[in-house]
Order: sequence, then structure tokens, then C-alpha cells
Amino acid sequence: MNKVVNSVEEAIQGIKDNMTLMVGGFGLCGIPENSIKALAKTNIKGLCCISNNAGVDDFGLGLLLKNRQIRKMISSYVGENAEFERQLLNGELEVELIPQGTLAERVRAGGAGIPAFFVPAGYGTEVANGKEFREFDGKMYLMETALHADFSIVKAWKGDTHGNLIYRHTANNFNEVMATAGKITIAEVEELVPAGELDPNCIHTPGIFVQRIFQGKAYEKRIEQRTITHNS
Amino acid sequence: MALDKNQIAKRIAQEIKDGYYVNLGIGIPTLVANYIPSDINVILQSENGMLGIGPFPADDKVDADLINAGKQTITYVDGASFFDSSRSFAMIRGGHVDLTILGAFEVSEQGDIASWKVPGKLVKGMGGAMDLVSSAKNIIVAMQHTNKGQSKILKECTLPLTGVRCVKKIVTDIAVLEVTADGFKLLERAPGVSVEEIINSTEGKLIVEGEIPEMKI
Repeated sequence: MNKVVNSVEEAIQGIKDNMTLMVGGFGLCGIPENSIKALAKTNIKGLCCISNNAGVDDFGLGLLLKNRQIRKMISSYVGENAEFERQLLNGELEVELIPQGTLAERVRAGGAGIPAFFVPAGYGTEVANGKEFREFDGKMYLMETALHADFSIVKAWKGDTHGNLIYRHTANNFNEVMATAGKITIAEVEELVPAGELDPNCIHTPGIFVQRIFQGKAYEKRIEQRTITHNS
Repeated sequence: MALDKNQIAKRIAQEIKDGYYVNLGIGIPTLVANYIPSDINVILQSENGMLGIGPFPADDKVDADLINAGKQTITYVDGASFFDSSRSFAMIRGGHVDLTILGAFEVSEQGDIASWKVPGKLVKGMGGAMDLVSSAKNIIVAMQHTNKGQSKILKECTLPLTGVRCVKKIVTDIAVLEVTADGFKLLERAPGVSVEEIINSTEGKLIVEGEIPEMKI
């Protein structure tokens, strides 16, 4: 059950042009920094990236956007990136915007083997265009379908050699759910330990969902909105 | 006098009851946290995946792994918990969050809300707003009553909708309104603002019954 790969380059092997990737993180919090940087050094292009956000100009998925490696983004909020804006306005980039909770649930459904489900989010709005809807107990719901990915790339705080993962604080966000929905899930972790060292009661992602794991290097953990209290 | 943003937040804070789990949106709603009375217990939810938001951190306590839905660095209080985004929205969709407070560009007299997209401007996305408005038991909107003299309290929204028939109450810079089956019911007016001024600033159907009290800020 050893899932450990020796390098980030080995971890991303098999990712090819036009594949669909899920990439964990919320804004720049909890993004798989090492894997994204390694992808930016390749010539892989035409990627469809399912990720809540699209990074900033020089960090996160912004690095892949700058290289024109992304064909389509499936996200809930994407505003923090001038290059993204330029490509979108020039028609060089396809964008599908999905309500955040629906995005999370579509990923969950993908990992859980549920092809479709009903949610109220977006009923009566343009999100509902072309979708099947139905009334349950007097309220209207839209049918949404599962999302899958060729590769899911997630970042955790601690992981073990069997691929069990623990996330830290709000850096969990989309990582835990995306780890379940990739045909191959790559986990990069801040600290990789032998199986048996993590408390089984505290595992967020059981190793069954993870195919490759490695310890990342030099996490920058960039902050988008540094907000502080000024104590008197 | 029309209220400033902090005064709108202060008035909304009066709607929060002991024991509530509350989701605060970005902008004025975030400021509401500053005015929650210290004698009640309230847990703030952040849809990226936590319950128990605390104040902004001191400079040396900033943690890149701890942010709110507006991507601001924050702290957590005793009794906090962290979870993934799908569980976060299960809480929201499942009706476990007692109150959602968010901003809006426009609200209609049916309780429709437009808050995410202005045609001609770059579309950044809806984030969690559509999930929140379609599922919350109780939604209060914090907004300006008018924009450049044009009412934003309308018969029908003109901008793309975030949700339909969902807003229960609105606190603007000049009034507190309840959304009823018959239209907007005027509950309170800002100190020094006349009922006539509110009528003139409201395009949607406004119900004015009896003496309208001033807000207590």
C-alpha cells in the first residue's frame, strides 16, 4: 500500500493535453503549490481545470493561465487575476461558473458514485438555463450532475505512506472532497510520515482515495488579504 | 441622516439572537460581527469551511491556512470546527444555519435578489451566494436604498438574479423593510429620515401602516 512517489515530477506523470484536472484550494489557501509549479514547467496544454478559483497572476493556477495551458476553467469565483480577465475577454479561455455549494456537491457526487442530484441553488436564475427542474415539498430544485477528473491534485498538512491525509484549518476547503473524485488522486503534503504515525481517528481522507503522495518543498503559502487587528 | 455602513451593520446586529449560527457575507455584513452584543452566544460560519470565526489576528498571529470566505486572515474562537466545502454547504443547504446576512445590488418586492452580475462588467462569479440565498431559513440584506438617485428597492430586479423569493428583511441606509406577500412593509426609518423620503426612494410597492419608528442605533 505504499503510495509514495519520489518527486513532484513523478507525481504528475501521465497528465496529458486536454485532460480534466481537479485542483484543491480556496483562493490561494491550501493549493497544491508544488504540483502546479511542476505542471507550469511542462508543455501540457488544453487542460480543463475544476477549481473554486483561478489563482492570481503569478501564483496558483495563474501560472498555468499565463502559459496558456488551460483551455477551460470550472469555478465559482474568478476575479483576482488580470491575465484571466484578458484571456476571457479575448475569447481565449472558456469559463463555466457554478455556485460554490453546487460545485462542491458535484465533486462529492463524482467521488461517491452518484450521477445526479437536486439542489435549490440557481433556480430562477441563468444558472438554471437548460437544466431539468422538479418540485419537492413545494420548493423548486435543479438537477445537477456529478463531476469527475482524470487527475485530482490536492494539498494536505500531514499524510502517511498509505495516503491517509489530514488537512489544517481552512486549508481543507475543496481538497478533501476533490481527493475522492479523481481517477488518479495526487496528494502533496507538508509532512509525510510512515503509516501508523497518524491517529486513525483524525484522518480526513482515507488512503483508499489517494494513488500518489509526496512531501512538498518550500511552501510559500501566499496570503491574498492580510487583515490584522491593531492592538492598542 | 442616512446611515453609514457601520450603522447599517449595527442595526442588523440587533436581529441576531442568542444561540444563532450565522453566515455573514462580504462587505457590510462582515462589519456586523463587530456589533454582536457580548451577552449572547453566536457562532459565525464561513462557507469555505469553518464554524467559529474570531477577530482578525494580531500581526504576529497571521496564519495563511486560516481565512474567511472573503480570503481575509482571521482567527478562531474556542469551540470552533473546520470541515470541507461540501459539508459546509450541507450545513447551509440543510437549513442548519439560522441566519444569512448578505449584500445586494437590487431586491424586488417578491423577495428576489440580484447581487452577482452587472452586464457589461467582468463577471467574477457567484461564489456561494446562490447556495446561501436558496437555502437559508432567514435572509437579511444589507444595502444602499438608492444608487445615484435610482431606487434599488424595486418591483422587479433589472439585473441577473442570484435567487428568487428568498429575502425576508432589508436594512438600507434609510429604512428597515420586511418583504411580505403584499410588498415591502416599512418597519423603521433612519433617524431624521422622513417617511416621504423613503416612499420617494422606493420603486417597489411600499406598505406604510401607522407611525413608523426611528431605528435605534
